[in-house]
Amino acid sequence: MSGIADTLLSGDLPRSRILTALLGVIVGVLALAPLLFDGAQAINTAAKICVFIVLAASYDLLLGYTGIVSFAHTMFFGLGAYGVGLALYGWGATWTSVAAGLALAIVAGLALALVIGLVSLRVKAIFYAMITLAVASAFAILAGQLSDFTGGEDGRSFRVPELLRPATLLFRLPLLNIDITGRTAAYYLVAGSAAGLFLSALRVVNSPFGRVLQAIRENEFRAEAIGFDVVTYRTLGNCLAAVMAVFAGALYALWLRYVGPDTTLSFGIMLDILLMVVIGGMGTLYGAIIGATLFILAQSYLQKLMGAAAKSTQGIPVLPDLLHPDRWLLWLGVLFVLSVYFFPAGIVGTLRSRAVTQEQLPKT
Amino acid sequence: MPTPAIETRDLTIRFGGHVAVDAVSCAFHAGTLTAIVGPNGAGKTTYFNLISGQLPATSGTVHLDAADISHLSAAARARRGIGRAFQITNLFPNLSTLENVRLATQSRARSRAGAAHGLAGTLRELTSRWDRDTAVRSRALDYLAEVNLAEKRDVPVVALSHGDKRKLEVALMMALEPHVFMFDEPTAGMSVDEVPVVLDLIKRLKARGDATILLVEHKMDVVRSLADRIVVLHNGRLVADGAPAEVIASPIVQEAYLGIAPTKAVEAALHG
Repeated sequence: MSGIADTLLSGDLPRSRILTALLGVIVGVLALAPLLFDGAQAINTAAKICVFIVLAASYDLLLGYTGIVSFAHTMFFGLGAYGVGLALYGWGATWTSVAAGLALAIVAGLALALVIGLVSLRVKAIFYAMITLAVASAFAILAGQLSDFTGGEDGRSFRVPELLRPATLLFRLPLLNIDITGRTAAYYLVAGSAAGLFLSALRVVNSPFGRVLQAIRENEFRAEAIGFDVVTYRTLGNCLAAVMAVFAGALYALWLRYVGPDTTLSFGIMLDILLMVVIGGMGTLYGAIIGATLFILAQSYLQKLMGAAAKSTQGIPVLPDLLHPDRWLLWLGVLFVLSVYFFPAGIVGTLRSRAVTQEQLPKT
Repeated sequence: MPTPAIETRDLTIRFGGHVAVDAVSCAFHAGTLTAIVGPNGAGKTTYFNLISGQLPATSGTVHLDAADISHLSAAARARRGIGRAFQITNLFPNLSTLENVRLATQSRARSRAGAAHGLAGTLRELTSRWDRDTAVRSRALDYLAEVNLAEKRDVPVVALSHGDKRKLEVALMMALEPHVFMFDEPTAGMSVDEVPVVLDLIKRLKARGDATILLVEHKMDVVRSLADRIVVLHNGRLVADGAPAEVIASPIVQEAYLGIAPTKAVEAALHG
């Protein structure tokens, strides 16, 4: 059993009992979500969490493992979503369209990542961040302006292959009396792909290549001096992260059956990913799971929770106003400040280092 | 005369108006240990940086086994066999000592595979597990043992003493298995009992007979006991080059090294 886990997780185990439990709960709930929840919102939230785990993990590959600050990550996410979405819209709702759209998006994503990498990874971090910001803005504007092709600001709604359509009834679970529809199939396509992508990323960061990336993050100068071509490694890391983001975008489009600038390309999403990675813990892929889950749960349910809280505190001065659902962004902000204050190395980083200290205590 | 392992021809670097290394032409042969001495600011470390590729030369060339390598990056020069241990400790601070050396042995294994590395090698590098490469790991352990750091294999560099960091610095270079070894004040700041570890290592390396060793060192007793030849830099220029006894005795060196000439002061500095 532990051998399988070791292989699947590439030897990079959570190394903290609390973290293992947390991850177990999250993965367990995500795996059983269609059976556990009835409502559309719950299952939408679960699918969104799966997609953003992949997206945040791919961003952590850049930020946490390679030390590259890029603001162009949503561009690759958008490429994947638009690739699959526009292919399904234009070429019909078949799996061939999905494959062709994904393949085109991967090629385009790789080419863009390669060009950005080769042109700008030699420059200082701040300039690189600026360049990616400019390229990403240009891309978002382009997607909004080419409305004949992309649907402009409205985006495009499209049909997905029959297997994934909500109206498709696949079979009925006999004991639980639950209909397994195309929606469930779509969910498991998203969740299964997300799991596969996450485990692949975990393998990459624990490969000899991944160790070189971390060496570059630690001391670029010395990594070069012992014979590693820093620009080559960074560019390759950039390309891998880009492809992973393309996959995440493709999954998101398949799930939403819609693609538009607001769901994939907006700068707001870029900031969300950044926060997910920082809150979860940079340089630990598990941080992406924790960060994405917490963030999206807060985003989806904080307003509801506050609505209930405001109602129950009616009559008390000031409090109902503070807890009014319209103030949810304020409280989200407070939550972030607190999490960064109490978990400076991110939740995973802090849990892991705490576990290490506890291990060492009895010995000394 | 055989082809020099390393040769610089009119090697020059200018920082604005300041010429840090000024037309230095010098050849270093395999199996020899050359000490490069000179006062602070003479351009010794800058000269090293030009040879190992950390700095691009303003003019002049660097040759490795007669091939011009002036256009190559530091990484490419390291892969071709130019090893460098830095004066200011320059390691991967949050990785363990073993991890530090393992990265060097990993780089060495990769450059040894050379073109055979190829696409399949890149794929393996991406998809295999680093902790499963026992050959690379055990070689790293050997090099750690060579500098007496084997017991500290799991200690992160930030937690090491200064002396241990200096030794690790040397181990990283050794692990690259270069032909050219460039030591930049390897014993600076080390405690008295740690110095012999590094000196013995350099002596063993010299006894091997095929290594080209360049050593920047301030301690004159060290220079005298190790060097086959001394090269003196002063204000970026090569001012003396020859056998140790002869160079140390020459008036130009005494002046360059101390800024003043009195023989007694020189003797005091050398032995005191």
